[in-house]
Amino acid sequence: MDLTIQENTGRNKIHPWKFAVWVGCGSILMMFASLTSAYVVRQAAGNWLEFQLPSIFKLSTLVILLSSGTLHASFIAFKNGKEKQYKALLVITYLLAILFFVFQYQGWVALSDNGIPFTLNPSGDFIYVISWFHAAHVVGGLAALTVALIHAYGLDFKVTTKRKLRFELTLTYWHFVDFLWVYLFIFLSFYR
Amino acid sequence: MANAHTAVQDRDDMLIEELGFDDHFHEHEHGDKYKSNFIMKYIFSMDHKIIARQFLITGMIWALIGAGMSLIFRLQLGFPEESLSWLRPLLGKWIEVNEAGVGTLAPEFYYALVTMHGTIIVFFVLTAGLSGTFSNLLIPLQLGARDMASPLLNMLSYWFFFLASIVMFYSLFLSTGPFAGGWVAYPPLSALPQASDGSGTGMTLWILSLVFFVISVALGGVNYVTTVLNLRTKGMTMWRMPLTIWAFFVTAILALLSFPVLVSGFLLLMFDRSMGTSFYLSEIFIGGQALDHVGGSPILYQHLFWFLGHPEVYIIILPAMGLTSEVLSVHCRKPIFGYKAMVYSILAIGFLSFIVWAHHMFMSGVNPFIANFFVIFTLIIAVPSAVKVFNWITTIYKSNVRYNAASMFAIGFVSMFISGGLTGIFLGNSVIDIQMHDTYFVVAHFHIVMGVAAFFGMFAGVYHWFPKMFGRFMNETMGKMHFWGTLIGAYSIFWPMHYLGMAGVPRRYYRFDNFDTFSHFASMNKFITIAAIVTFGFQVLMFVNFFYSIWKGKKVTSKNPWGATTLEWTTPINVGHGNWPGKLPAVHRWAYDYGKNGEEFVPQVEPMRDGETEDH
Repeated sequence: MDLTIQENTGRNKIHPWKFAVWVGCGSILMMFASLTSAYVVRQAAGNWLEFQLPSIFKLSTLVILLSSGTLHASFIAFKNGKEKQYKALLVITYLLAILFFVFQYQGWVALSDNGIPFTLNPSGDFIYVISWFHAAHVVGGLAALTVALIHAYGLDFKVTTKRKLRFELTLTYWHFVDFLWVYLFIFLSFYR
Repeated sequence: MANAHTAVQDRDDMLIEELGFDDHFHEHEHGDKYKSNFIMKYIFSMDHKIIARQFLITGMIWALIGAGMSLIFRLQLGFPEESLSWLRPLLGKWIEVNEAGVGTLAPEFYYALVTMHGTIIVFFVLTAGLSGTFSNLLIPLQLGARDMASPLLNMLSYWFFFLASIVMFYSLFLSTGPFAGGWVAYPPLSALPQASDGSGTGMTLWILSLVFFVISVALGGVNYVTTVLNLRTKGMTMWRMPLTIWAFFVTAILALLSFPVLVSGFLLLMFDRSMGTSFYLSEIFIGGQALDHVGGSPILYQHLFWFLGHPEVYIIILPAMGLTSEVLSVHCRKPIFGYKAMVYSILAIGFLSFIVWAHHMFMSGVNPFIANFFVIFTLIIAVPSAVKVFNWITTIYKSNVRYNAASMFAIGFVSMFISGGLTGIFLGNSVIDIQMHDTYFVVAHFHIVMGVAAFFGMFAGVYHWFPKMFGRFMNETMGKMHFWGTLIGAYSIFWPMHYLGMAGVPRRYYRFDNFDTFSHFASMNKFITIAAIVTFGFQVLMFVNFFYSIWKGKKVTSKNPWGATTLEWTTPINVGHGNWPGKLPAVHRWAYDYGKNGEEFVPQVEPMRDGETEDH
């Protein structure tokens, strides 16, 4: 796989795969940007229930922000060869990621309990659909984290360029889904 | 001339060896670095050149199916009274035969054919088959890279396209028929499974297929952009890239920014279809029964669809423009005129394509003041388009054109692009569009400017790069016959449609013979149908030529048969995975040094002479 990557052209400040992840993130961002613009357009058309976003979503925002921090710290520990710190932080990140899903689920339940069940009105449906779709992208990040976890415990600890790159790709994507949620949270909280 | 070329090629090899750089391609392994057996080499291949051929051949098969469908509905339009019972073996129950033995095409299947024709040609042929083929083939070869940034994703890109193809093909055989609500899939026809036969399973499969297709485009696009920005060889600055690469690069960016929006639109559509939400569905009665959906906006779907839909037409035409520029320059033996203007026009078209989408919706009830905005930007697109046309014509002007199938199709592209582009200026005006919308004028416009023109660009590319793909030439005589047949045929089909449209003949109608207003067009419709059948015959000729030439065509004997400057012609005739057997070439000049330094052409690997300056 990595045979075709020319790393010695001397001009590449960024590894092509890392760049590819950025490009892919840009593409995903367009998907959510269009969903939020659809939200704006639909809201302007009227017949739009007004309500507050359940506060549990604040907790999930905090959790995913935290997980980004711990994953980044884990990456730095990995680069510096601190094995214990790296593994511990990775496990914490993983648990926080799962906690994010738990809080999101509770958010959806709370929304429904507050009298905004799914299919009642587009204003609620947009929140469900956008946050589900975001969660689906976090599942992708979770899969990458699972692989990272398997590598952390299945392979001998060694700081190689290849493993650093792999970790960096995971980290970049995780930061991205984190950023994405923060954007969505702010949007959905204030654009009522 | 042949000897001169051979001498130049030996010099190419020497230059690559001397000035190229070693990426340690053969450091660890010897022989076939990719250790490929038959399956890995030809089926699950990660070699961009094989993947390009996979895209091309799959696209060609789809083109045959898509064009074949148009023949069937053209028969219906041209000869509404004739019996179509002879089509029964092919279409089965969709040909209804009455007691007198007269077979008629089922109206609902007519709509399915129109819908599938559009979907197949726009997405599967002119997006995957055109940009998929040539982006894959040329980006690594012309940039001096061993392969794409991620060959694995590249392979997946093809297989997702294949999966999309299978799903769509399967939907053609459903007992309720494939989706029949138009290729734009507007709700409510697409959102209510009970709206029509094709809106049930047919629509579910349509949407599934297109989601796979978008994944394919995204994987391909990520690769193209990354490869262009990161894997150019030494000396290959952006301003030295051939225009083909610029076109593919901007195309990939457009695809990455616009296709995700379509997915969002589809996502909401899926929820409306199966989960009972009301994003697009408003108060609707079916058979006197009120549905539960309240307060949705079908216009919202149109916005999301056309936010993809408009860039999509540039995703189709930009690669054809890039191929045309390159083919014209090589066969006119002249530098492309206004290289930088060409690049800036590509960028301008790419940018403008994102802010004109609502010109597809002038009649959907968008605010007339908003329509003004879209009219202005739509008309501004004429400027970079005209710059490109001017540059192509100036490149041809006073040149010593080699008239072969490739260059003729490139010239034909320019002709088609002008003819179709001019009618775009009519339709871009919201005022004229109110009269012209949904008529055959629109059909004529977009078929010429993005259908036929894109096919011409693709044909130019196929004839030109066939020697690189298969190590043989296509038959020139058949190629020229194909060109003249297609040029005359395509104009015969679409030119009369302008008149139909101006007289108000609406598109998508099943038959016109029972409208008094349109009855005098009966013979014109017959003429169009016959022209379509004849033109189709010339495409079959191209197929025969293509497959015949793969195995029996005249063999390529020198590496650079066209005397081109770009890097793909410095690779061996039968090029293996990895593209260059030794070092990677270093680039010293732009891609269009023809007739410079007293030479017929100067390859990009040739260092600058003392005191020589770059031409652009």
